[in-house]
Amino acid sequence: MSDPPWRRPAKAYTPGVPAWGAMTSTQTLEEFAAVPMAGVSPEWAWGGADGSGVRVCVVDSGVQADHPLVGGIDRSVTTVENDAGVVEIADCAPSDRAGHGTACAGVIRSLAPKCSLSSVQVLTDGKTGSGAALLAGLSWAIDEGFDVINLSLATTRTALSARLHALVDRAYFRRCALVVSAHNRPVPSYPWSFSSVISVASHDEDDPATYYYNPAPPVEFHARGVRVPVAWPGGGTIRSTGNSFAAPHISGLCALVLGKHPWLTPFQLKTVLFLCAGNVVGRFGGAHDTPR
Amino acid sequence: MTLPVDAAAPTERRLLQSIVEVARHAFGAAASSIFLVDPDAGDLVFEAVAGEGDGQLVGSRFPAGTGIAGWVAASGQSMLVDDLRESEHFSGTAAASTGYVPNSIMAAPLFSGDACIGVLEVLDRGADGVREMADVELLDLLADQAAIGLELLTRLRATAPDQRSDKALRLLAMAESLLENARG
Repeated sequence: MSDPPWRRPAKAYTPGVPAWGAMTSTQTLEEFAAVPMAGVSPEWAWGGADGSGVRVCVVDSGVQADHPLVGGIDRSVTTVENDAGVVEIADCAPSDRAGHGTACAGVIRSLAPKCSLSSVQVLTDGKTGSGAALLAGLSWAIDEGFDVINLSLATTRTALSARLHALVDRAYFRRCALVVSAHNRPVPSYPWSFSSVISVASHDEDDPATYYYNPAPPVEFHARGVRVPVAWPGGGTIRSTGNSFAAPHISGLCALVLGKHPWLTPFQLKTVLFLCAGNVVGRFGGAHDTPR
Repeated sequence: MTLPVDAAAPTERRLLQSIVEVARHAFGAAASSIFLVDPDAGDLVFEAVAGEGDGQLVGSRFPAGTGIAGWVAASGQSMLVDDLRESEHFSGTAAASTGYVPNSIMAAPLFSGDACIGVLEVLDRGADGVREMADVELLDLLADQAAIGLELLTRLRATAPDQRSDKALRLLAMAESLLENARG
């Protein structure tokens, strides 16, 4: 099966020819399925869904696959620096040095039990790990065509900002929903602050299904992120707090929505999330009406 | 005339110690510690400890990326975990390496510019389970203040010895000429 249009390589640029035009009078464009938004509700969005058929990737510290709350992962890769100093992707044992990736994977699995989970380990080396490895790992995940990527990381390195911006925009146009946690404090950091990602911070309620649209972006959504029971390497759970654990709640939700409506583009998906958020007025008569 | 390279080290030591004492006190915690990232190896090095483990831990190292402090250093994000005793694997590792098994850990990155140079950690906060977000915020504020203090100290260490030696040499020269004049 050929790649869908949004994953095809860009056409070569020919000088003198408008780059972004289409001669619709002579060439018929491919037909697109439209999504009527009027009927969007939580029931429409994810009612009865279990994440089947959706491929989710956790870009983090690795994932312990045999943790009961993770329930297996399909692919586990890590970032390694080759002799030339270039960071490459290599298959690795599904394990987790820090516990953080396993925690995120467990949250996603708890919401979308039937989704496919994969892991890219980018936090392997405190010296060079967060920069080159993050770019390489994220780039790999986007090229692999995962439907949802959970990135519970942010970098404060302004030197990475332009490359990250280009990367997350590529994800957006390739229909890869990039769910990114906001930095835990108000410092300039990336890529959560870019508009082509779905950015998430914490609210302090206990319900894993409750989430809100943030009326004062850049961070767009608030999901459960305080005292979250999360899977931890070794087999048990711990309670953990941080935006890192809010993002996988939205990733799981995205997996549910995309399982039911796989044709949604990232901006449509974000619109669905917005329309179904706990504080959006109109569907139930007022803000803060419990939508479920 | 040259000053020893680590002329400011005692001050740095006192600054780090004061930070962990304040952090421990602010949270009524069993212990607080600071790791600095070794710029060459990427390891996390225990630099100051208040409370449990204060005698033996300073100077010990963890490989980059290990555990919660490693994740905080690599990601630049703060983090709070409770119920650590539930996870036997983690507790075993922690116990083996530090001699103290905490039930909760809260850790915040120390930034110099946009690079994470270390981690401020608080073990077993006293106020249990009620102020998570506020606690993380407070720890972040303390970490920022600590990082600024460290940065100033590092900058001072980079510039001060020369200025001080210049001044000392000038004073010495002045004294010598005064003595010569007095004799003459």
